[in-house]
Amino acid sequence: MSDQVNDFVVKIANVNGTGSASANGMLMKSIFRMGIPVVGKNFFPSNIQGLPTWYEIRISKQGYLSRSGNVDMMIAMNAQTYIDDVAEISPGGYLLYDSTWPRKDLETARDDINIIGIPLSGMCNEAFEAARAKVLMKNVAYVGALVALLDIDMEVVTNLLKETFATKQHLMDANMQAIKMGYDYATENFECPLPIRLEHMDETSGHVLIDGNTAAGLGAVYAGATVASWYPITPSTSLIDGFTTYCKALRKDPETGKNLYCIVQAEDELAAIGMVLGASWNGARAFTATSGPGISLMSEFLGLAYFAEIPAVLFDVQRVGPSTGMPTRTQQGDILASAYASHGDTRHVLLFPADPKECFEMAATAFDLAERLQTPVIVLSDLDIGMNDWMIPELKWDEDYVPDRGKVYTEDQLKEMDVFHRYVDVDGDAIPYRTLPGVHPTGAYFVRGSGHNRFGGYTEKSDEYKDVLDRLRRKSDTAGQIAPAPLIDGSGDTDWAIISIGSCDGAIVEARDRLREAGIELDYMRIRAFPFNQDVADFIDRYERVFVIEQNRDAQLRQLLISDLELDSKQLSPMLSYDGMPVSCSFIVDNIQEEISRNKAA
Amino acid sequence: MSYIKKPKISHPGLPRNAIGLTLRDYEGSMSTLCAGCGHDSVSAAIIQAYFDLSIEPHRVAKISGIGCSSKTPTYFLGGAHGFNSVHGRMPSIATGANAANREMQYIGVSGDGDSLSIGLGQFGHAIRRNINMMYVIENNGVYGLTKGQFSASADVGSTAKKGEANPYQPIDPVSMAISLGCSFVARGFSGDKEHLVPLLKAAITHPGFALLDVISPCVTFNDHEGSTKSYEFMRENERATVYADFIPNHEEITASSEPGGLETITMHDGSRIRLRRVAQDYDPGNRAQAFSHVEECSRAGEIATGLLYLDTGVAEMHELAGTTEDSLSSLDYSRLNPGNEALAKLQQRWR
Repeated sequence: MSDQVNDFVVKIANVNGTGSASANGMLMKSIFRMGIPVVGKNFFPSNIQGLPTWYEIRISKQGYLSRSGNVDMMIAMNAQTYIDDVAEISPGGYLLYDSTWPRKDLETARDDINIIGIPLSGMCNEAFEAARAKVLMKNVAYVGALVALLDIDMEVVTNLLKETFATKQHLMDANMQAIKMGYDYATENFECPLPIRLEHMDETSGHVLIDGNTAAGLGAVYAGATVASWYPITPSTSLIDGFTTYCKALRKDPETGKNLYCIVQAEDELAAIGMVLGASWNGARAFTATSGPGISLMSEFLGLAYFAEIPAVLFDVQRVGPSTGMPTRTQQGDILASAYASHGDTRHVLLFPADPKECFEMAATAFDLAERLQTPVIVLSDLDIGMNDWMIPELKWDEDYVPDRGKVYTEDQLKEMDVFHRYVDVDGDAIPYRTLPGVHPTGAYFVRGSGHNRFGGYTEKSDEYKDVLDRLRRKSDTAGQIAPAPLIDGSGDTDWAIISIGSCDGAIVEARDRLREAGIELDYMRIRAFPFNQDVADFIDRYERVFVIEQNRDAQLRQLLISDLELDSKQLSPMLSYDGMPVSCSFIVDNIQEEISRNKAA
Repeated sequence: MSYIKKPKISHPGLPRNAIGLTLRDYEGSMSTLCAGCGHDSVSAAIIQAYFDLSIEPHRVAKISGIGCSSKTPTYFLGGAHGFNSVHGRMPSIATGANAANREMQYIGVSGDGDSLSIGLGQFGHAIRRNINMMYVIENNGVYGLTKGQFSASADVGSTAKKGEANPYQPIDPVSMAISLGCSFVARGFSGDKEHLVPLLKAAITHPGFALLDVISPCVTFNDHEGSTKSYEFMRENERATVYADFIPNHEEITASSEPGGLETITMHDGSRIRLRRVAQDYDPGNRAQAFSHVEECSRAGEIATGLLYLDTGVAEMHELAGTTEDSLSSLDYSRLNPGNEALAKLQQRWR
């Protein structure tokens, strides 16, 4: 087998709660610091201790971000999952397992893989005293073995440990000892490095490793959000953790040391969105972060916000539904529930970030749109983007950014006015002017979810009610015009094309490259917002066949396109991945190729 | 109908308060509630209280949920912003509004259905956070808008209009609030404006969550014989404990206005609440006593009213959170943007 340099997948099977996350993070960061593009996917259980968990590190010299679909090396640290883990290894790949208790069955299970047995537990039991250290250091020891087997730069690893344990010398020593044990055993017993190995590159400078939730939380800080209310729910909790961390670090009043923010952990999601609406109505940039079950609970209030025209920003970090579903697996299953959340005729603005960089940038976009349009904006991220570490270009902030607070009458403007009417379409763009409480008596009005006329008064008159409802529909058209346009890539003269959203992007980019190598060209449009802009309809019209790739069972994006753009359903072919794992490049390549052969046969 | 505005005509001789406004400036639209509804008396008392306190109407935010009681914010303080939200969720809107701007006054108006059934959770958690607001429950033991179902505050044995008796234990917002550590707990009666107005003024001034449960009879569905929330029942069974008189901070307490045996509590802004005891040995600072007093009255078929529990030493939400003194909604973006340099520095750890 020829050497596979900087292009392979290492998957680590662990038991959760054993400290494997920090060892795996260290492994990934070391590779990143060698200048080699890398992406990590964490497949973890909804559990604190004792269940299987996997961490998949893809090393890709081309910088591909999705799952390749292969496993070139499996580090099997969990006897519970040995059988499945061994089966998952790609032909010609490697199994590294803890041979303290040798397993003949594993070693003979397949004749097309290579076995590397290292007595990790035995070594650590002998070297370390404390029970916890014996467990933790096993993980560090396999990192040590990989330093030798994959040719990771030992200096990089050492420096990383020094930074991590700068003030804890005893931990530094223990970690170094474990690294060395693994390293020495590997070099003494196996031919190092293996054909799958690493070489220094210079492809990661100017980049960072960050998860989407942290990026979104940081984005909310930079967007000027001052109020956050939330209820803990996987996988969105770390978004608020991020916001809290960076508020504490960056948002204290320099003179008084007081907080220039207020974060409230609500009693449930109903209260969380209620607080967001109360704060937004009162003039703050306010947001919440949640996941599917939270969107269900927030729906009544979302209808109120839509009808009463109150800005709000929601980050929905989607997970597998329906119901509790699989809380630690990823899906794009909340598209329809979010677009039409609540009873009656409602249409909400949705944004679809594709990676942590867009999570950061779209935070400001979401607040600008929410305040410009005076309506809720739901940012539909997902667990794959939110909780996995992605390699992205370093984040930059535009120092000229000025928040778009929308049409809000100031105190001076109100002083000059005799009367204020809340819902009159003064400018013809279907967006009325609003006022903030406490600013001036002329601005006072009564917000209500009950029928109201354009003047803001209560009404049960059909024509007055309809007048407001029709303007709201026109406002939705305005939203389509000002929300982020789709990104289109391609020549414009292929027969077939791909439409997708969000975290499918990485897999599609790579799949298009691989298909191109096979002589198959497909143009690609990534939608970034709902309501759809005219470019979306124009794009679809240009192709004989368009595949809509998304991660849910019911082709929700496709349904939304068909109903909203009034398309013939034949124009759009669904391509659906909804098993809870991030969509892989090979899933797309295989499906497209199958379609091509079917097409030829027909 | 609630969109009918009252004509803004006021007699030039009407008394004016310290900021030059008349009582008319504190009124709202014409009420659409039933004639004789207790809620209209509560609205009138609220108008009087804000007038007496010389608070600018537009510096008050009125927030409510759904129900007859929740309609009332349109009937007072027409110059204030109002928010009629969804059923049972007024506390969360008030919490968010308060989070954004701590410099305004907040009044939440709710009912027994809104606060004790659908909204029981939010009611409890607003108390837990000690949101600086006045929370008025207009309590009549019955669902009015949906025509006469028992609410969670209906007493055991209290009868509905057609005669059936309520079998379930009532949820009493007062004893619940005391048990949750609410910093100001009072009960009034809509038919007793003389005592209700000072309780409202004390509640408005209290620097934290002030619960005011007002028994406010429903003349249409719950004012008959056999009801324990009727005008007649209240007149016969109200047991006043401690009444509060509010003294603005600019008014001096003179010997004549403070007869012996009274206790004065000074609020954070220098204004004072003077407690007038009806029961001589009742101490509203004693939580255990307050709780047992409410229980004893309830067992005796009486309704304990007055300022029942007060603790001015509890920090409100912003004090607990360490929020800046300015309202967050007024902060200029330049104070909120950490800048590109900070962002670059921050990202060192992600390499």
